[in-house]
Amino acid sequence: MTTIAANPADHHDHAHDADHKPGFFARWFMSTNHKDIGTLYLIFAITAGIIGGIISGMMRLELAEPGIQYLSGWASIMAGKEASLDEAYHMWNVLITAHGLIMVFFMVMPAIIGGFGNWFVPLMIGAPDMAFPRMNNISFWLTAVAFIMLLGSTFVPGGTGLGAGTGWTVYAPLSTSGSVGPAVDMAIFSLHLAGAASILGAVNFITTIFNMRAPGMTIHKMPLFVWSVLVTAFLLLLALPVLAAAITMLLVDRNFGGAFFDAAAGGDPILYQHLFWFFGHPEVYIMILPGFGIVSQIVATFSRKPVFGYLGMAYAMVAIGVVGFVVWAHHMFTIGMSVEMKMYFTAATMVIAVPTGIKIFSWIATMWGGSLSFKTPMVWALGFIFMFTVGGVTGVVLANGGVDDNLHDTYYVVAHFHYVLSLGAVFALFAGFYYWFGKMSGRMLNEFLGHLHFWVFFVGVNLLFFPMHFLGQQGMPRRYPDYPDAFAHWNEIASLGYAIMGVGVLIFFINVFWSLMAGRKAEGNYWGEGATTLEWTLSSPPPFHQFETLPVIK
Amino acid sequence: MTATAPAQKSNLKTALLAGSLAMAMVGMGFAAVPLYRIFCQVTGFGGTTMRVSEAQASTIPISSQTIVVRFDANQRGLPWEFKPERPTDTVSIGARDMSVFIAENLSDQPIKGMATFNVSPAQAGKYFNKVQCFCFTEQTLQPRQRVRMPVLYYVDPKIMTDPDTKDIEEITLSYTFYPVDQPGQGS
Repeated sequence: MTTIAANPADHHDHAHDADHKPGFFARWFMSTNHKDIGTLYLIFAITAGIIGGIISGMMRLELAEPGIQYLSGWASIMAGKEASLDEAYHMWNVLITAHGLIMVFFMVMPAIIGGFGNWFVPLMIGAPDMAFPRMNNISFWLTAVAFIMLLGSTFVPGGTGLGAGTGWTVYAPLSTSGSVGPAVDMAIFSLHLAGAASILGAVNFITTIFNMRAPGMTIHKMPLFVWSVLVTAFLLLLALPVLAAAITMLLVDRNFGGAFFDAAAGGDPILYQHLFWFFGHPEVYIMILPGFGIVSQIVATFSRKPVFGYLGMAYAMVAIGVVGFVVWAHHMFTIGMSVEMKMYFTAATMVIAVPTGIKIFSWIATMWGGSLSFKTPMVWALGFIFMFTVGGVTGVVLANGGVDDNLHDTYYVVAHFHYVLSLGAVFALFAGFYYWFGKMSGRMLNEFLGHLHFWVFFVGVNLLFFPMHFLGQQGMPRRYPDYPDAFAHWNEIASLGYAIMGVGVLIFFINVFWSLMAGRKAEGNYWGEGATTLEWTLSSPPPFHQFETLPVIK
Repeated sequence: MTATAPAQKSNLKTALLAGSLAMAMVGMGFAAVPLYRIFCQVTGFGGTTMRVSEAQASTIPISSQTIVVRFDANQRGLPWEFKPERPTDTVSIGARDMSVFIAENLSDQPIKGMATFNVSPAQAGKYFNKVQCFCFTEQTLQPRQRVRMPVLYYVDPKIMTDPDTKDIEEITLSYTFYPVDQPGQGS
């Protein structure tokens, strides 16, 4: 069954007709084309992002004022009967769990790795496709099934109420003896599938980048986005299997009388935390590193200069990836670890600020003296640099074991990771989308709407997340649906920020749909002389099969 | 022009290498369970107590300072009554002390159990040395059988010099009995 498409002779037959496309079903449901799979990933990620975003809207609505206003109603709708207060609280746990898992595994990762990675890694290294196109297809559909599994888990019992209410960290014993019923099992299976999909994707990227670069494209000439995906793929390969092992042990504890994490039978729940964060910390770099790559391309393009300190930029990402594996316990400072351990994990965590600082410095140095043009992607990239730096600074604060004793599990942490992810990774995603939309679709996005989207979104998210720093410092714990009146003011502001951000997203969708119908046709290299990577040598959109003759890099 | 035969072969090689790296990490994930146990046993991490021999124990100098050891006993999932004979002991640091726990099988069947243990505060784990303990082996109790189970332990005098532990005035030693061989238990 593999011989037909894998037979090189078969492709030679089509060589004269690079733009021959299969029919609709075969093209989109049995796709082996990296660009089509990339498009599928992007559509999937946008869909998941809408769902995850609506869930966060529900949470902001409930948190807009003190007391429980909506939760009981939602829980009653889900259960089909009058829900108790405990079931309403469980509903809250389900919402935070779903929001976290969806945004991490089904929005950011599919968009930034599956979407942009699939689309542009082969184009940028001058390859005709990914190394294993069929495996690529499996990766995508496994992710889709995983998402359906997760959504389905909200309709089955998960202990106190319907759905998995364990938090995205799935800590034992809440996730073992604390959540009876199939919901948590389904959520864990969903993570298994999404993890397997990502590992297959990582194998594919590593093989493609190592073996399929065009003649002359040495490792040290690869665009930084390709570098970022390469480092990310290795992080995936090393981190995700550990998560898979940990959640498999959860399944054993839940269903087969295991006691890996059961303290009353010789296990240790802290071990789960170690395993989870050994995966979880590299995971945050998995989400942000490709964003670094995208921003590097954009800043160089709109400064009309090659990126400053290319090798430093590439190896800074490698350094972040390597050090990222030895800092995990800074997520668990409050488990009762010794002062020495806290000192080590504090110091090691702060070391990461060095390569990150190199990157921020080099982006600024790239712009310095450049011929800047503030097109929409550049504005988003600048927004990324600003937001990510704010999140980085609060990260250095939280890295201190002593300070974290106070701030652990407060809204300060929520503010921190939303600044690096929601405002970091998401700004990078929007930057990449505005940068490459013309290349992917053949039509240009509207500049005015793009800028409007940026400013509304920028104001919205800052209003949404900045007050969370204050709430956290005042001691408001995360993962609670209610709070004392003293926290009411900043919570109200934050919920207002969410509404403004929502308007921004609406502008984005108007822009996308308007541009797809009536946008200006995009030429091959619509950003001009600053855009030097290989994808700009092709038409927009590129032919169905590109680089029939491999480009040669001097 | 897509992949030629040699290129496909080298792709496969890279993919297999990458795949085995992932499989190795799965193995590492599971290997973490015994490794973590050994790590705890060696370092006393998380309040894991130390196990010492009779010979080692006899070389320890006895200090004039005393420390309170509180005993906690509970069971999970087996019909035993399990409690310490005395709730606390005040012992000289470095001196060997014998503490007795009482377990009674309340059911009409023989039941095999095993005790898991640790001390609180967790930092005291590496200075809490057990010479003998019923928790080292599985315990089988016949129907209605009542047994006295001894623990022979001492607190290492180094606890008084470690900046993390020198302020500790009371250590709680906790045991939890859990059933082993669960499947056979019902028959």
